[in-house]
Amino acid sequence: MRLKRLYMIITFATTTEAMAAEKFCLEHDIGGRLIPVPQEISAGCGLAWRMLPEDFALLERQRSQWSFAVEECREIMM
Amino acid sequence: MIYFDNAATTLQKPPAVAEAVLEALQSLGNAGRGAHEPTLKAARVIYDTRVKLAKLLGAADPSRIAFTCNATEALNSVLQRLFAPGDHVLTTVCEHNSVLRPLYLAKTNGVEVTHLQADALGRIDYADLEKNLRPQTKAVVITHASNLTGNVTDLDLVADFTHQHGLLLVVDASQTAGCLPVDVTKTGIDILCFTGHKGLMGPQGTGGVYVRPGLAPRPFKVGGSGVHSFLTTHPDKMPTALEAGTLNGHGIAGLNAALDFLLATGVEKIHAHEEMLMRRFVQGVQALPEVKLYGDYQAAERAAIVSLNIGTLDSGAVSDILWEDYQICVRAGAHCAPLLHRHFGTEQQGAVRFSFGCFNTAAEVDAAVTAVREIALQYAQENRD
Repeated sequence: MRLKRLYMIITFATTTEAMAAEKFCLEHDIGGRLIPVPQEISAGCGLAWRMLPEDFALLERQRSQWSFAVEECREIMM
Repeated sequence: MIYFDNAATTLQKPPAVAEAVLEALQSLGNAGRGAHEPTLKAARVIYDTRVKLAKLLGAADPSRIAFTCNATEALNSVLQRLFAPGDHVLTTVCEHNSVLRPLYLAKTNGVEVTHLQADALGRIDYADLEKNLRPQTKAVVITHASNLTGNVTDLDLVADFTHQHGLLLVVDASQTAGCLPVDVTKTGIDILCFTGHKGLMGPQGTGGVYVRPGLAPRPFKVGGSGVHSFLTTHPDKMPTALEAGTLNGHGIAGLNAALDFLLATGVEKIHAHEEMLMRRFVQGVQALPEVKLYGDYQAAERAAIVSLNIGTLDSGAVSDILWEDYQICVRAGAHCAPLLHRHFGTEQQGAVRFSFGCFNTAAEVDAAVTAVREIALQYAQENRD
């Protein structure tokens, strides 16, 4: 059983934006990974980037360079 | 075998294309339909292909490129729902049926369409754009290069016209993507439709459409999107707006490999080679008895396409002789360009089209010149006796 912890979840309007976000994070050595969108955010399907809050802080500092658009960012225990 | 039917589809492709398709068939899931590794791998390949296409076509944002299964689907996806009843569209007689038929369909919905005429060499007069402009004109829909004559449209000039009058510029780049430099941003193209299996050297079943930022496409095809499943309408964000249903991930993986080759080689270099072949062929056949060429061969810029007829010989019969006696593959018939054939008076005869590709050689061209010479001389002799 996984231990729950706090994550920052970022969702996207399209799979393309999710791919762009993953590429950006990998190129900038920012941790996280793509997961199915949690039901707390949206029922249905789609991809979300799950990252630790400290990684999100790193991502936030580079916001001006983002090559993707986010739909929503929310902290979730999961 | 000598393959000179590259305007229909490129047969010789970089070996990495087939390898990528095979690898994709064995490893890709369905892009955007989950978060396990095979589906993410598919989504990454597709995204990477968008990035490479954006680079090749001069688009700043890869998400403005949507994949389709060919140029016809790309053109339909924009032309069928771009115009409202009463709108007027300027196009030309040089267009392929993939432009003509969606616009004929639009006409049944009250859209008015004007086809600009061509001269004896199949060239349109750009002054006719201004002459046919109406207050209701919304767009110019035009091919970058005729698939029959190889004549190239001066897109900078047409773009100047559309920008000056606030019109949309929709370009059919079926014969030029991968063969001639195209820069949607620099030229100011609003919508560009392309196929993946011709000059781009990808697999059949691939293609796409670039839609400039700020322009909201209205999809004619709706369905699965991988996002927002509970919406009753299809998502409107590019590229999802124009990508209902599962994408051809396996084909797109092949296109990705082809783009690696194109970007490494350079479209300018490929164009220079294809142009050399085309002009060598023209030089060899233009003075032969009974050979008539269609198109403007004095133009500085041309696609590597040469269409011809020999006397009154059926173009299909000539293509059959070329295949059976010389193992040369060409396309005969009407080439889905009915208005231009009507203009040339070749509705019955059609034309024999030689189209040259990246992997063709000068020796192959010389063999084709010899073949055309022999057929033409035999025809001339039979008609003299």
